[in-house]
Order: sequence, then structure tokens, then C-alpha cells
Amino acid sequence: MSEQHDTVVAVGAVDPTAPEDGVDYLLQAKSITKRFGGLVAVRDVNLDIPKGAIVSIIGPNGAGKTTFFNVVAGIIDPSSGHVRFRGRFLILRPQRTWIEPILWVAPSLIAVAVALLLGAQNHGDQGIGITGLVVLGLLITMLLLAIIRPPWYSLLLGRLGILRSARPNDVVAAGIGRTFQNIRLFQNMSAQENVLVGMHLQLRSNLIDHVISSRRQHREEDAAAKRANELLRLVGLRGRDQELAKNLPYGDQRRLELARALANDPVLLLLDEPTAGMNPNETAAMTALIGRLRKELGLTILLIEHDMRVVMGVSDHILVMDHGERISEGTPEEVRRDPKVIEAYLGTPAS
Amino acid sequence: MSAVGQAPAASSPGIREQVADLSSRHRSLSVIVGMTIVAAILPLIVLVPPFNSFSGQAVWMDGFTIAGIYVLLALGLNIVVGMSGLLDLGYAAFFAIGAYSYAFAASSFTHVNIPFWPMLLAGAAIAAVFGILLGAPTLRLRGDYLAIVTLGFGEIVPITILNSSKYTEGPNGIGGISAPSLLGTEFPTTGNPWPFYLTMLVMICISMILIYRLQDSRLGRAWAAIREDELAAAANGVNTVVTKLLAFALGASTAGLAGVFIAAKLQTVTPNLFRFDVSFTVLAMVVLGGMGNVWGVAVGAFVVFMIQSVFLKQLNLFFDNAHVPFLQDINFLDYQFLLYGIALVAMMLLRPEGLFPSRRRRRELHTDEDQEFGELGDELGASPE
Amino acid sequence: MTTSTLRREQPAFVETFQRLRLGPYLFVLGVAIIDFLVIGPAQFVNGLTIGAIYALVAIGYTMVYGIIELINFAHGDVFMVGAFTSMYVLTNVLGQDGPIKDPPVLAAVLFVDFAITMILLGILGTVIERFAYRPLRHAPRLAPLITAIGVSFILQNTIQILFGPSPVNTPQLISPTARVNVFGLDVGVVNIFTIVVSVSLMIALQLFVSRTRIGRAMRSTAMDREAAQLMGVDINRTIAITFFIGSALAGAAGVVQGLYFGNIQFTLGFQAGLKAFTAAVLGGIGNITGAALGGFIIGFVEVTAGAKGVFVWGQAAVFVVLILTLLFRPAGLLGQQIGERA
Repeated sequence: MSEQHDTVVAVGAVDPTAPEDGVDYLLQAKSITKRFGGLVAVRDVNLDIPKGAIVSIIGPNGAGKTTFFNVVAGIIDPSSGHVRFRGRFLILRPQRTWIEPILWVAPSLIAVAVALLLGAQNHGDQGIGITGLVVLGLLITMLLLAIIRPPWYSLLLGRLGILRSARPNDVVAAGIGRTFQNIRLFQNMSAQENVLVGMHLQLRSNLIDHVISSRRQHREEDAAAKRANELLRLVGLRGRDQELAKNLPYGDQRRLELARALANDPVLLLLDEPTAGMNPNETAAMTALIGRLRKELGLTILLIEHDMRVVMGVSDHILVMDHGERISEGTPEEVRRDPKVIEAYLGTPAS
Repeated sequence: MSAVGQAPAASSPGIREQVADLSSRHRSLSVIVGMTIVAAILPLIVLVPPFNSFSGQAVWMDGFTIAGIYVLLALGLNIVVGMSGLLDLGYAAFFAIGAYSYAFAASSFTHVNIPFWPMLLAGAAIAAVFGILLGAPTLRLRGDYLAIVTLGFGEIVPITILNSSKYTEGPNGIGGISAPSLLGTEFPTTGNPWPFYLTMLVMICISMILIYRLQDSRLGRAWAAIREDELAAAANGVNTVVTKLLAFALGASTAGLAGVFIAAKLQTVTPNLFRFDVSFTVLAMVVLGGMGNVWGVAVGAFVVFMIQSVFLKQLNLFFDNAHVPFLQDINFLDYQFLLYGIALVAMMLLRPEGLFPSRRRRRELHTDEDQEFGELGDELGASPE
Repeated sequence: MTTSTLRREQPAFVETFQRLRLGPYLFVLGVAIIDFLVIGPAQFVNGLTIGAIYALVAIGYTMVYGIIELINFAHGDVFMVGAFTSMYVLTNVLGQDGPIKDPPVLAAVLFVDFAITMILLGILGTVIERFAYRPLRHAPRLAPLITAIGVSFILQNTIQILFGPSPVNTPQLISPTARVNVFGLDVGVVNIFTIVVSVSLMIALQLFVSRTRIGRAMRSTAMDREAAQLMGVDINRTIAITFFIGSALAGAAGVVQGLYFGNIQFTLGFQAGLKAFTAAVLGGIGNITGAALGGFIIGFVEVTAGAKGVFVWGQAAVFVVLILTLLFRPAGLLGQQIGERA
């Protein structure tokens, strides 16, 4: 879709190698492993998502699907492995992150040392005062840099061997939207406001616009509200924009979450059990909607489900997980016939 | 919600609704009109019994000016606690930083004399700088660490001031601070209370307008999103660290503003003015007024300040004069913080939306009533077109 | 491939070392040794004693945080109430006003004092949880934090109203002048007593948590409340027991505080709470052993800063430790590096 997402990449390094097999992969996850203490939640899982595809991960409860998903979404760091999105590293195991805070205080410490060498302590209060101001200034500059993170700062960290995985908001900025398994709407905000939060990165007005209540901001807000209502209509919530999220029925809350995830114009959509808790009718409507999203908006979709029937119809490619490991992979037809899958789901060896 | 049954606003539409609608469309104007009415009524009301028997108009107005400082503090803390859902327990520290900034910049102690008006902004900026220094390491982490770090900071700042006598005169404080002057005339420190009173009202007015504008902006929405669900906010592209830090720094700068004003008003600052009690009182004001609700917090702060500075004293006097057994032996001022503590717990348990529920809360009640209609709409609009 | 540039192989011995996780313990040992050399034996024992008290309080913070993720601001004041309860029990119930010479009598009085204080404080903690925190378990995170600070103020001001704002003397049952020789060092008996009592309580707690059924319930609730509930753990009861134990330990710390310092004040809990919380964060919040280690480090830091400068800088030093921990190792010495990003 739009090219604006390319500006944000959390990690300084760019992958030098070209795609290996000519297919245009949007997202490539390589040997993702996540350990919690002694427990291995995800072990060595690979997943390549071609552009425009609907890929699903299925598996029984506790198979590690959501953990894998959270790694891709930047919510938890992987123990090893990495994720590339559009050829650039997005998620990886953080390395030497403890050096970063040293970087923040180093200029101030150097300033103190220089001041002592220059003999600031001999100049009484004035010497100490000036040193203090310089130290404070350096410290706050470094802290602000660390928080605002201009691209050159990230690049510098990369050069120093400090690798930081993308945070959830970096992942969104890169063009990935997501929904949650247990719906996480802003309950006390209206449907429209929920979608407007999803649009956060699309809006450009700044603090000064807010304070002077500029015309630019008014224009932007009006346009955003209109677009939010369009998105609500797209997911089937026409005219419900002023209703509080928590007052919406369950199925509509799922739709609203979808609208919110779409608000940032994502390239890739991560859906965590979008039909969980829905009745068959709602499930069918949601499945149809997912198909439409790909067709009409050209989205690539990664879907998690534990109900196999839901994904069979819409998916191009399915990854089956159990106990944190990949047990099968392929087209819906291949997966359906795989004895290992049947065993995992039914708990009996296939005959 | 516990408040469903008690919706006075929803039951009486008409004029009240219209005023609310008008004021939400012309927010800045309505703040100005509201504050002008307050500014005009307060000095008149104290001429009426029983208020005129307590003290003269000038004393009352001085009291209102100090109350205004607390209103300003509460408005600032409301950005942090009410709008962004972060707990700041060391708010008085930023108040102190603002006050001592002005004390250093314009007093006979340092022999410097920088005018009051630029120092208002400078004091706010200095407090914001300390806010960032404190917030940057903390706000990267989970929200509740901020509470304990600010608690520590609020403790350290007065201690540092107390023990750096060489620079701060220690417990005696810095005296001889210059009063502000406007158009070449210095504000009178005794006698005529109007200049300080009006300045305070203008400051509150401007702060309220700015806070309302922030609340209605993309930033205010991001704050609300963080307050509701930080993880979901991040998963929608909100940079939670920057957004939280902005709230924290803006809150700190408001306290800095109030600090500069109190230094100029009292002409002297001592570390005692900025103890933990102040942070706690302001927090109680915000919670009682209704977290996130700008007018509610302002009114809450004013009411709480008046209770602690007037009502409890009068209660003491009343029971003393009336010779009520037992009650006359109690100094009600001693119970002030016990009362705040009980109020905080009770509010959180029984009426978390505060004494004056905000617009959002009211709308919440409103939609609850419309539930039936909502479900009908659901039938019609549920399937994707 | 590209992965090799990202993943650096580490020598085998480093891996083994990391697996043993001895680093934090060696760190604490290092701090102790350096501190011993810097401030000398007398102050060192003082630091160890104060550290033991902080460790007991810190355990309460860490247990509560571990199980319901709440910074229980009232916990420092629970400790303070413990000190006053012990004082009241000793003077008004047991009629003591100074050192007891006869060892069996001393032991009996101490036992009764500890038992009453710990049980009363445990009940206090459970009551606070029941009425101030449990109703808010599903409320936004801010709500229980605000009630916690409210409860803290209620406790402080109640004690202030009951016992007055100035410091109150408590009977020092073990004479402060009684000394014994340990490894050639001249050490106060009360110091030894404090350290032994604290460490025994910590060991008992560790055994309780790791060996008993209730302990298992506590650990599983801390890990995943819903899963624990599905497995048949009574969540409310488990959380109540956690509060009981944490508060009883704070009560014990209060008893020891009174015995060691000889006077107590209603503001005691505020500052001790701050330091004990720092200890819990330093050790890795949610980790009981970590809280104990953190307590001892904070004790050393405070005594060292106090010994080298003015007493009040001890508090500033502890605050600096808190900020540095959050900056460099937010998960603490023994904590897992997870769950800290928003």
C-alpha cells in the first residue's frame, strides 16, 4: 500500500541478502524460539508470508500460537530467531541492551571529569554551578534522544552492537496491524474514538496545533472522524460511532477491534482468533469479512485459530503447531490429510 | 456501574442539556465566561453572613488566591493522574522546584532580579526538565513504578533543600522575594488583594483552556487510550513512552507555574511548604473532583482547600465557643489527613468517577438508557454490506 | 547466513556460569566485602542489622506484588503499626520497661510479643486486603494504587492521633550494652538477635512457599491466576494468606525495629517503606530471595552513606539506587527479563 511505513525500522541493520527463492515475501520469521524460565513456549518456528496471502496458524490450546504472535507483534522479545518485514529486521533477540543506559550517562560523567581536570572545584560556587548546569543539560539531551530515537541514534546503537527489537508501536508504524484474542478495546471510549486512536500515526498535528487549536488540526480531525465512520461502516457498524465500546454486543466489539486495526492502513493484519466466542452465523460473517479485506484492500493476513474449520475456507497456507513446535505445514488440503495433525487434534494415533 | 441509578443530568433535559451542548462547542469561551462569573461572585459572597463574620473581604480574597494555587496544582496533576492514568505521588517536588526557581531568580538573597512574567514560563520549563529527568528512566517501565519513584523524589527534594543551607537557607527558607509588577507598578503585598487574585484567575483560565484543547486532541486521545489499556494503545501505534512522558512533563510544568506564583505571593519560600502532605492533598483533590474531569477537579480543589483552611477551623471555634463536651477537645485539623485517607479509599470503592462525573461518564449513563435501541440497531446493521 | 551475525557464540564456561545464576549472589557478597573494608566492622554489623529489618519488610512488598501486581503503599505503615503494637504489648500487656537479665524470662517475653504482634498484624493485613483491595481487583490499575496510598495515610494518622506526633520510647528488652565476641569481633547481642530472627523467618518462609500446598497455590496464582483457578486453587483465600504472611513479617520487623532502636515514631513506615520497596525492586520484584538480598544491600548503602556523610544523605543514596536499578536493570538482580514493556 502506501510507502510511508518504510521510514520506521526499529533496528539499525538492513539485511544484505535478497529474497532467496524469488517469491516476494512480506514477512519472514526465522527459527523463532521463546523460553519462559525453563518452559519452551515456542521452539524453532519458521514462517514465510507471501504478499497478498492469507496464512493461518492453527493448533490446540496452549500450542504456542499466541506466544509466536506476540513475538511478531513486538510484545515479547524472542529468546532467539528473528523476524524480517519487507526485507528489514524488525524483531530479534535484544543484545547488549544494558550498554544503552551507560551511553545516556556517559557524556555527563565525561563532563564531570573534564570539569575536575579544569579545576572547576577551585572556582567555588560558580564553577560548581556551571558544571552542574552542563551535566544536567547533557543528561537531559541524552534522555530525550533515547526517547525520541531519531534514525541516526538507532543506527549508532546498531554500530555499537546494541540490538533492540521493535516495540509494539514500531511494529504498527512498520505497517502491521493486529487484534487481540480477548478483545482489548478502550472500553470507556466511543467506537469512533477507538478507531481514531488506531489512526494515531496517520495524524500529523503536533503539540503546537493542539495548544493554539489550529485550523490544520480542525481539518485533520474532521477528516479523521469521517474516515473512522467509513471504517466502521466497512466492518458493519454503520451509525454506531458514538456508542461506548463496552456497550456494544460481543460480536460488534470484535468488528470494532478490526476497524481499529485497519485504521493505520496496515499492509499486514495479524488476527488472533477473530471468531473466538462467536456463534456460527457471526463466524461465517466474520470469515466473509476477512476474505473481503484481502480482496478489496489488498491486505496480507496472518490468522490464528484453534478451530480448524474456520481457516480451511479462507487460507492459502496453514501452519500447524503443537506444544510450541511446527508439526505440519501446507495448503489446507495437505494439512487436512496429514496424520500428525489429526493426531494432535484428536489425541489418537492415525491409523 | 454503581452510578447508574443516580443520573440527575439525564432525567432533566432542556436548558441544562442545551448549556452543556453550547459549552462543549465553544469550550474556550465558556471557560472564560465561567471564570469571569466566579471572579465576580467570590468577592461578593464573602460580604454576606455568615462568611463576613469569619474575616474581612481582603483576608478572604487572599485565601481564594492561595486556593487558586491549589486549583492550578490539581489541574496539572489531573493531566497525569486523571487523563493519563499515571500515579504521581511527588507532585509537591515540582511545585518546590518552581518556587525555588523564582526565589533564586528574584530575591534579595541572590541579589538577582529577573521579572516575574518571564519567570512564570521559565519556572514551568525548569520543572518540566526535572519531570523529564525523573520520568525518562521510569516511564520506560510499567506505569506503577512511577508512583514509587515520584514518592521518593517528593521526599528527596525537601530534604535536599533543608540540608543545603548554603544555597537555600535550609529550614528558614529564602525571604525577600520580589513581588510581580505590571506596567511599572509593583503588586501590593498587603492591603489590596485584587492584583494577585486576578492574576491567579487568569492563570487558571488559560491553563483550563489549554488543558481542554489537549484533551480534545490526538494527544489527549492517546492519553485516554493509555489510561484504558496501555498494551492496546501501543498495539495501535501510540508511542507510550513519549506520550506518558509528555503528560508527566506537562503536569510538572503546571506545578512549576504554581510554584513561581506562590513564591511571588508569599515573598518567602521554606521547604515546609512542599512536604508530602501537599502532594497527598492535591491527589485527594483530583480524586474527589473526578479524575479526568477538568471543571470537576477545579471545583474539587477549591472545595477541599476551603474545607481544610476555613471549615475545620470554624468547626473548632464553634465547638470551643459552644462548650460541647468531648467535641471541644478535638482539634479537627489533626484529623484532616485521616479524613483524606478515608475519602480516597471510600471514593475508589463507592464512586470512582468522583463527586462531579465528567462528560464521558454522563454519556456512559446516557447510552445505558439507550441500550434497547442499540440492540435493535444491531439487528439491522450487523451484517457487512 | 545472516543469523550468525546476530547470534554470538559464548564460551562454555560462561554458559555454565549463567545457568548457575550465581552472579547476583556474588554481587551481594562483593558489596558486603567492599562495604566491610570501607566502613569497618562496627558499622558493618549495623548495616547488616538494618538490612535484615528492611529485608523482612521488602518480602511483604514483593509477595504482594508477585501475586496481585500491586504496590502496596500501606505496607511500610503496616510495619510501623507493628512497631507500635509491639511497644503496646510490651509496656501495657506484659509490663516491661527495660532490659531483662534472666534468659528464660527474656525468651518467654519475646516469644509472646512476637506471637501477638505477628498474628495481629497478619489480621490487619488481611483486613486491608479484604476491604480496600479485593473489591478493586478488576478495576483499572490506578484504583487500588490510590486506595493503597489512602490506607497508608489512614494508618499513619490513626497512630499519630493515638500515640502523638513525637517519638515514643519502646522497652529495649535486650540490653544495648550487652556484647559478645564473634570471630574476634565485638558485636552487640541485639544485633545478633535481629539478624538471626530475620534470617530464620526468611528461611521458614522459603520452606513454606516451596514445600507446602498453600505455598504451591501461592506460586501458581502468582504465575497465572486464571490457570490456578481452573486447577482448583481458591484465589481469594490464597491472596488473603499472602497478605497475612507479608504483614506478619512486617510485624516481626516492627518488633525488631523497636528492640534495636529503642524509640519509634508514626512517620517510621513512610521512609522504611520507600527503602524496603527499593530493596524489593533491586532484588527483582516478585522474588522472595531477591527481596532479602536487596534488603541487605539497602542496609549497607544507607549505613555507608550515613557513616561517610550526613545521616539524611542515606535516604538520597537509597533513592539513587532505585533510579539506577530502574535505569540499568529494571528486572532486578534475580528477576526475569520479561513483562516490562508496555
